[in-house]
Amino acid sequence: MAKFFYLHGLFLPLAVLVMAACDQQQQSGQPVLNWYVFDERSGAFRDAARHCSEEANGRYRIEFTPLPSDADQQREQLVRRLAARDPAIDIIGMDVIWTAEFAQAGWILPWPETTAANATQGMLPAAVTSATYHDRLWALPFTSNAQLLWYRKDLIENPPVTWDEMIERAESFARPGALQVQGERYEGLTVFFVSLLASAGGSVLASDGNSVSLERQATHKTLSLLRRIATSPAADPGLAVSREDQNRLAFETGNPIFMVNYSFVWPSARQNAPDIAKNMAWARWPSVIAGQPSRVTIGGINLAVGAYSRHPQMAFEAVTCLTAADNQKLAARKGGLPPTLRALYSTPAVRQRFPMADTLLETLLDAVQRPQTPVYNDISLAISHTLHPLADIDPETDGLRLRRAVQRALRSEGLF
Amino acid sequence: MTGRSRAERRLGWLLCAPAVLAMLLVTGYPILNAFWLSLHRFDLRFPEQSQFVGLANYASVLGSEVWWRALSNTLIITLGSVGLELVLGFALALLMFKATMGRRTIRTVILIPYAMITVVAALAWKFAFDPTTGFVNALLNLDQAWLSERWSAFFVIIFSEIWKTTPFMALLLLAGLTLIPQDLLKAARVDGATARQRFVKITLPLMKPTILVALLFRTLDAFRIFDTVYIQTRGAADTETVSIVGYNVLIARLNLGLGSAVSVLIFLGVLLIALLFIKGFSAPLTRSGGQ
Repeated sequence: MAKFFYLHGLFLPLAVLVMAACDQQQQSGQPVLNWYVFDERSGAFRDAARHCSEEANGRYRIEFTPLPSDADQQREQLVRRLAARDPAIDIIGMDVIWTAEFAQAGWILPWPETTAANATQGMLPAAVTSATYHDRLWALPFTSNAQLLWYRKDLIENPPVTWDEMIERAESFARPGALQVQGERYEGLTVFFVSLLASAGGSVLASDGNSVSLERQATHKTLSLLRRIATSPAADPGLAVSREDQNRLAFETGNPIFMVNYSFVWPSARQNAPDIAKNMAWARWPSVIAGQPSRVTIGGINLAVGAYSRHPQMAFEAVTCLTAADNQKLAARKGGLPPTLRALYSTPAVRQRFPMADTLLETLLDAVQRPQTPVYNDISLAISHTLHPLADIDPETDGLRLRRAVQRALRSEGLF
Repeated sequence: MTGRSRAERRLGWLLCAPAVLAMLLVTGYPILNAFWLSLHRFDLRFPEQSQFVGLANYASVLGSEVWWRALSNTLIITLGSVGLELVLGFALALLMFKATMGRRTIRTVILIPYAMITVVAALAWKFAFDPTTGFVNALLNLDQAWLSERWSAFFVIIFSEIWKTTPFMALLLLAGLTLIPQDLLKAARVDGATARQRFVKITLPLMKPTILVALLFRTLDAFRIFDTVYIQTRGAADTETVSIVGYNVLIARLNLGLGSAVSVLIFLGVLLIALLFIKGFSAPLTRSGGQ
């Protein structure tokens, strides 16, 4: 009896989901493709799902199924269900950092080689790389993202070219919080570190993706810079808990001069703080080494097909439709999500939403990947846990600590 | 032992058997499986690469500063919340016991927090202590980001725990209070004992078994604390507890070997606490022990 209840408690939710999916199909007689993706609020994704369902002429229907808002929770829900071979997951909106893990575990299907080249035609190379693992394409890039430098053009004539210059200029204002960066112990800290390290000419992993690189000079330079940023009088007193959103809110108060952040801060400032927004300008992320363009971490969503889907062929077709130019334009215009098709950056619809389209495109063309490895999650935790709080970094000892932590993460050993 | 008591005993075992069997099926197998997994390097992402590594996972956990920090955090939360709950719970139990008016209403009101889902309570307090949406700062005229610093975050976590589980403590202690023979207290009063003396010399000694059981239950619960911390800080600001560490390794990193080692260690911790109470303080877990 108890066992019966135990099993029930475990499988009931799953069974209900599966039954609900079956029910829908029986009612309408057409297959339903469940598209699991983060809860996009503007409705752009729902519209895209509707368009593609219409385009399928009744052969299938795409059901937009929102996941939790926080990326970690999205991944946890997906991996838990994929590890249990859930057939109700047809299309997955994958954060760019999940590609290697999902592919290695066999949770997603590789893109058919015959159509891969065609499907990624005209897409940003960095976005295609983010969906590639072991020389195979595993998903189609749908949206992209990268950080820019935002500054106050009423107080700063020309944007700073290097980080050192920016810190000095921020300090000259004698305002705590003049320089806004992400310092909380979370994925954003890893992103910040990876961008600085790549701009300093280093990388976390060697090109084979199986061993630590963290080249001494570049790592030392990056750690010293992080320490300098965090201990500067221009740093925010709440740096140890600041995320992108805190930075945005701070910038809208009018106190900060510089901020590194994604383009969502632009429409937000125009809505919440029009006086600040009219003096808000953007530029490429500052360089770490003078004369070498910065390399910023690429973000975004790629669409993959679940390995246990009942209708993989239809799902491939649906993904091709969802990532097509019209829907990317819609996601950009309505949802503010930068496209992965290069040509769209010069279309009026996108440029109207993204006045910074040229700077963003330049940034994305030089973008850097976060380590493409199945144990990325462990490596990211190792990095953010080792470096937090930024103000306590000791470039001498922490370089070694970081190397050890990443090595342990690569071997899936140790806790962080 | 007479034939009758032997028969009684056998009947007792027979009556227990179905429950014991069900428990073994439901808990025994997962525990053994977790122990078995903890001796392997087993990652859900690379199922084919599983190998037997003996006690390496345990060495890895016990050699990690993360584990010891989490353990000390867990003990801080456990001692902080259970200690205060005992005092508050006792006060509430006495109140419920002594109340002559509106007894039912008082009991119901006191029990409301305990009837709430922990996750909901944790979220409610998280919002309450939030600098932008919460009322706590406004009430105290503070400008404090409670959950971003270690000790203030501990305060919020422990506060939420106390708010939530004090009624449980009070309920157990109330049951103990009702068992005290009133004649003893009356006799003491006739002999001229003050209220304080009556409490210290009669109520407390007679309540000892109940107090120990209540403390044991709450300590075991508090040691495994997960939901409040997960909702309020996610283990940031150095507030990770052992259960959060286990969750991160098992669910977020899918490292079943290492995660099972953490789980087994938590299980051993729980076992140790129970043993300490039963053997150390001779907490009565059977009726005959307390008499």
